[in-house]
Amino acid sequence: MSVELIVFFAFAAIAVAGALALILLREPIHSALALVLVMMSIAVLYLLLGAEFIAAIQIIVYAGAIMVLFVFVIMLLNAGEEERTNLSRLAHYAGIPLGIFLTGELAWFIHGVAGKLLSAHAGAVSTRELSTLLFRSYVFPFEATSILILIAILGAIVLAKKEF
Amino acid sequence: MVPISYYLVLSAILFGLGVVAFIFKRNIITIFMAIELMLNAVNLAFVAFSRMLGQLDGQVFVLFVIVVAAAEAAVGLAIVIQIARNQRTLNVERVDTLKF
Repeated sequence: MSVELIVFFAFAAIAVAGALALILLREPIHSALALVLVMMSIAVLYLLLGAEFIAAIQIIVYAGAIMVLFVFVIMLLNAGEEERTNLSRLAHYAGIPLGIFLTGELAWFIHGVAGKLLSAHAGAVSTRELSTLLFRSYVFPFEATSILILIAILGAIVLAKKEF
Repeated sequence: MVPISYYLVLSAILFGLGVVAFIFKRNIITIFMAIELMLNAVNLAFVAFSRMLGQLDGQVFVLFVIVVAAAEAAVGLAIVIQIARNQRTLNVERVDTLKF
């Protein structure tokens, strides 16, 4: 077993465990920390795939910015333990079997077509190539996202104002 | 060398767990986190395919997905704050004003 495979399985296990913890823990703050764990291990998998810039962005933006926003809101609203309700009977009985079915079906389908997939053979991607592609071919979508971010900022400020 | 299909299976498992969390959780903030988990799973598949095909377009798409996720989280959490203020609860099953 090669080192890469061992690292992959270790961090894949951590990611799946974190996702399970997100579901099973009842306090929202614990779920948020479990999600940070998932994002960190996915960042390691990006490094394993040779996507260094994406790994850095994953940690800085996702684990650093977005999750801090989540934790802020959890603390701001003083979100405590989830209360147990029995309002949805369908989720109670059909939820777990359907969830297992969906996951298993997706994994099985991918396993089925795996033989047809090419095996990857590319070195680490240089950030220079990535930025050349981003600022040449994808420059218009890039500019469009700046407008999107601006509108999101305005929307968030307007929505979160006291007198609405 | 890790086969690409392993990454895709992991991505599918994480996406499935995200769907389960989205359906199961009752706290509206945790439901948002489930959406982020699903976006992460999709990003992993994007990067794996980008590696497999030797093209960088997948990684550029991941950057755009992260930007849209950030915008979505900002606006979504503002809406959550507004819901918590008006309804005095974070439980989605208690926010049923539109329910007939």
